[in-house]
Amino acid sequence: MQMYDLPDSRGHFGPYGGAFVAETLVHALEELRAAYDASRTDPAFRAEFEHELKHYVGRPSPVYHAKRWSQLLGGAQIYLKREDLNHTGAHKINNTIGQALVARRMGKQRVIAETGAGQHGVATATVAARYGMECVVYMGAEDIKRQAANVYRMKLLGATVVPVASGSRTLKDALNEAMRDWVTNVANTFYIIGTVAGPHPYPMMVRDFQAVIGRECLAQMPELCGRQPDAVIACVGGGSNAMGIFHAYIPQDGVRLIGVEAGGLGLPTGHHAASLIAGRPGVLHGNRTYLLQDAHGQILETHSISAGLDYPGVGPEHAWLKDSGRAEYVTVTDDEALAAFHACCHYEGIIPALESAHALAHAARIAPGMGRDRILLVNLSGRGDKDIHTVAERSGITI
Amino acid sequence: MSRIAPAFQRLAAQSRKALIPFVTAGDPTAGDTVALMHALVRAGADVIELGVPFSDPMADGPVIQRASERALEAGVSLDRVLGYVTDFRKRDGDTPVVLMGYANPIEAMGVEAFARDAQAAGVDGVLIVDYPPEECTEFAALMRRHGMDMIFLLAPTSTDARIEQVARIASGYVYYVSLKGVTGAGHLDVAEVATKLSAIRGRTALPLGVGFGIRDGESARAIGRMADAVVIGSRIIQEMEEAPHGAAVERAAALVHGIREALDRP
Repeated sequence: MQMYDLPDSRGHFGPYGGAFVAETLVHALEELRAAYDASRTDPAFRAEFEHELKHYVGRPSPVYHAKRWSQLLGGAQIYLKREDLNHTGAHKINNTIGQALVARRMGKQRVIAETGAGQHGVATATVAARYGMECVVYMGAEDIKRQAANVYRMKLLGATVVPVASGSRTLKDALNEAMRDWVTNVANTFYIIGTVAGPHPYPMMVRDFQAVIGRECLAQMPELCGRQPDAVIACVGGGSNAMGIFHAYIPQDGVRLIGVEAGGLGLPTGHHAASLIAGRPGVLHGNRTYLLQDAHGQILETHSISAGLDYPGVGPEHAWLKDSGRAEYVTVTDDEALAAFHACCHYEGIIPALESAHALAHAARIAPGMGRDRILLVNLSGRGDKDIHTVAERSGITI
Repeated sequence: MSRIAPAFQRLAAQSRKALIPFVTAGDPTAGDTVALMHALVRAGADVIELGVPFSDPMADGPVIQRASERALEAGVSLDRVLGYVTDFRKRDGDTPVVLMGYANPIEAMGVEAFARDAQAAGVDGVLIVDYPPEECTEFAALMRRHGMDMIFLLAPTSTDARIEQVARIASGYVYYVSLKGVTGAGHLDVAEVATKLSAIRGRTALPLGVGFGIRDGESARAIGRMADAVVIGSRIIQEMEEAPHGAAVERAAALVHGIREALDRP
């Protein structure tokens, strides 16, 4: 494959991406673009980012051979990129550190974030505490009820959690509300977006900060098994952990890239969050991408057992990777993800996040049909402690 | 041909300021919109901005969000909005109507189909909040071919270069957002607006409308001294929310009438 250098200077990945925002945000985005451009080419910035990733997050995260589970499945060998071992328990912290450092360079004292399951909110509250910034997290009123532990975690870290009661009272509405805060308080406020969506430069910037995941794998896989994997598999909600592990592999022709969307109760039921598989291109939250929408262009409510995948859009770079054929996208239902969740607990002693369990489920689905010398690399993007109540409830158990 | 430029020419000849109320189509009820539009014109509106409901109105404050939610609840989407304009035109062939909303419902309808149907309905201009000039060059050309104006926002943070960029593609009028923030928020700084408006006047000959933060006759009068048009939105919707059942249209018209009088007072 040719050199991959997307997006263009205005944030386009082919027809996707861009900056579809009201004039009130244009200047703030221009400032951010300039600050990010200056940061990413500054060796001092990169050195500080890498230092934080090593000493605060605990990078590099290991790659682990899931030997027992692979043996039981009887086909391809499954390797796990252990983002669950990062500080705060997920890949989200890679990005929040990067953006907090940009915010500090810009002299912004206050950071805001949106969150669905609370993982990005916790990662933002964490870095705000680390760098001494004020932190406000917007969270759908519905999600606050479902994720009480993470709400308390954010409060422990000193953040203010603001419930959002408009619209469907979930992640997309929290994002709307965070945008409104940013427009109003732009002089002292930096908006830390948690995924590879939103207006340019966010999809590029978040991808760049998460791309450390794939870069590490590129070095770790040959050390561990003598070659690169046959396929890299990651779950896709907004798509930040998937872009993080895919990006370094885009120019590696022999490596299949497989994104796994939340199939919820199954595509025919309409209760899912599979924007790339079942959506149509449109404009939402500052970028053009695949969206779950009705015939009138109104955004639909989504469903997934995993709050982190419960989003009606997807990062524009995934839209481009889908159309260009470089990546393929599939769905996994709630039940399939749960089965993989339990298998990973039983056979490997690892409790995965329900988000990551979607990627595991697809690996478990295709591994048996492949030779034992084939290699699948799965991004285990987060740990599942936050999900044990959901899983227990599904099994009829009250903790 | 758009009715906007002739309307502003008539007003300028009379040394009057344009009063532009904004209401969300389908709010407070789906049945009220056409009657409300006529009532606003009788109360002194010169142009009507009709909001197209969208599920995720990112740039709007809580008042217009609620209006959007009520309208969507009643099943009002872009095709019904065009139907309202068609009905309105049966009795009013002069008052310009501008659709204001977000890109996705228009893209879902298909931009060609939208251009054709909006023109046929009698729409004069379109303001798409999340279509900045650099992302809608082709769409703006399409609107022009169908005789409609493309109206853009300018903000307190818009740089001189940005104002020039907007001026190159805009027609009809330019809408200056007088506040940092979302619709319906905060308080107006009249002196700051004056400074910015003179910077904008130096870069475009289009009429200047000012909105966001205008709540009564006094603030409208203050803005009317320096702008060509005064836009009032959230305040009208609030008035209708607080009105007793069945009295929303009447209350909105009374509010607009009061502002008209304040604006026309010598």
